[in-house]
Amino acid sequence: MNVVVCVKQIPDPNAPGKLHPESKRLVREGVDLILDPGDEHAVEAGLQIVEKEGGEVTVVSMGPPKAMDAIRRALAMGAARGILITDTALESSDALSTARAIAAAIKDRTFDLLICGTESTDGSSGAVPAQLAELLGLPLLSFAKRLEVADGKAVIDRQTDEGYDVVEAPLPAVVTVTGGINDARYPALRGIMQAKNKEIKQVGIAEIGLEGKAGKAALTQEVVEVVPAEARKAGEVVEDKGDGAKRIADFLQALKVI
Amino acid sequence: MFAETADGVPKPIALELLTKARALGAAVAVAVGPGAGRAAEALAKYGATRIYVHEDEAFKDVVATPAVDLLARLFEKERPDLMLFGMTYEGRDIAARLSARLGVALIANATDVIKRNGSFAAVSPVFGGSMLVTTVPKAQPPVLILLRPKAITAEPASEPVAPQVEKIGDPVDTSKPAARVLRREKQKAQGPRLDDATVIVSGGRGLGAPENFKMLDELAGEIGAAVGASRAVVDAGWKPYSFQIGQTGKTVKPSVYIAVGISGAMQHTVGMKGAKTIIAINKDPEAPIFKLADLGVIGDVHKIVPQLIQEVRARKGK
Repeated sequence: MNVVVCVKQIPDPNAPGKLHPESKRLVREGVDLILDPGDEHAVEAGLQIVEKEGGEVTVVSMGPPKAMDAIRRALAMGAARGILITDTALESSDALSTARAIAAAIKDRTFDLLICGTESTDGSSGAVPAQLAELLGLPLLSFAKRLEVADGKAVIDRQTDEGYDVVEAPLPAVVTVTGGINDARYPALRGIMQAKNKEIKQVGIAEIGLEGKAGKAALTQEVVEVVPAEARKAGEVVEDKGDGAKRIADFLQALKVI
Repeated sequence: MFAETADGVPKPIALELLTKARALGAAVAVAVGPGAGRAAEALAKYGATRIYVHEDEAFKDVVATPAVDLLARLFEKERPDLMLFGMTYEGRDIAARLSARLGVALIANATDVIKRNGSFAAVSPVFGGSMLVTTVPKAQPPVLILLRPKAITAEPASEPVAPQVEKIGDPVDTSKPAARVLRREKQKAQGPRLDDATVIVSGGRGLGAPENFKMLDELAGEIGAAVGASRAVVDAGWKPYSFQIGQTGKTVKPSVYIAVGISGAMQHTVGMKGAKTIIAINKDPEAPIFKLADLGVIGDVHKIVPQLIQEVRARKGK
């Protein structure tokens, strides 16, 4: 059972985000860059499967050379090897051009499962996994909060508004996992040491056959304007000195909730 | 626009999309699945000039792909400039696959669609809704836009039209490897539904432990509120997913939203900042939720909530 996991390096979501005034892209300078916490669950899901079924987890990411750190973290968790798609021509890629680059980089590999987070914590469009499934001609099992593989099939509990659906697809398949699927392991010191010797292959657009067909050259959309949203009227923030509950009750009463 | 239906009834998102679509041009609806035809009248009332209906069982049993196949065929026929989807489980999978199939732009998380320089553009919130970005397509039409639920207020068309229904009976190709639904599990929540509630009490990690949600249930019972939760709490397994409010999860617009032990990460606020009034209780004075709150109380939720329940009971008793 071979598993490919897609990961993304993102600015620490706990730090306030900023957009570059001209390029309208996320400012990455001066912000801690981390492996997307949502992707840790994808790596964990992949590791749990290979630990049970045998095989290896390959981690693939697209980003600047620094994104190597995010892959290294996944390797420290236990993934076997990494692929970093990195090329200046890929800057400004939107979801579809990202999906095209990842699809091109992994299409010749044999794998049973391609696991992604449901959406990145920074961009949040959640489009890449389904686009990858379409480009690779594979079924998509999305929003999984449980994943099992057996008899050449994957079965998930897929979140719905009312509860969940049990959904099945033949392998190979693309799966997106929610944070609720597992508790991601913390890399142990031994894993961190081992990760230093694991292979991370760097590929550019020439190696994946996308010259002139990726990044800026294939952009499907562009941000043209960024404006502050209408701010909510500043409210009152008080410290509880034993009267906090009373203040809230007064407020609720004024609103006629009580 | 892709009109999601359940048992022949349009989902609220379908009517929201139609309200927006008819303001932008001629609105053509596509409704699929067993019984979808029964939704036609309601869809026409909200401005669908034409309605494509395909009632094959496969649309219910196979996730996304039959709808993608159908929409790709209808695209060839209709050549629309814009295709609208709801930012829902169903809409997200279908729209993303379709964008890759057609090689066109997909703009997610939109809260509005506007006309800009002869094209359609999407407005989406970023950074928890503090900024709005406008995104335009650069590829050939159509542009696919995923509109967030409750971003648009659904209103019936002022001049209702007779529904023009076009039934499609083409066989659905189910030979390709696909995701099939084996069974559906519903988890019922007590009290008012989050979607319709005018008052919501919502809990986050700051509650400390799952059993502390009981006091929120109690408070909600006293003031007739629905109970919601942040993603952190749902991910930790304290509450089922149906409680989740935020980016992944429900978007709610109650009159009053009481956030208890919720820090206010963008992932959460994007789903609740449409509330008319926000009350927050959190021990961290730096919690971003206080920037949104009309009334914020910095303090221990374990003290304040029980006191609040007592206070509410005493006042109701009067």
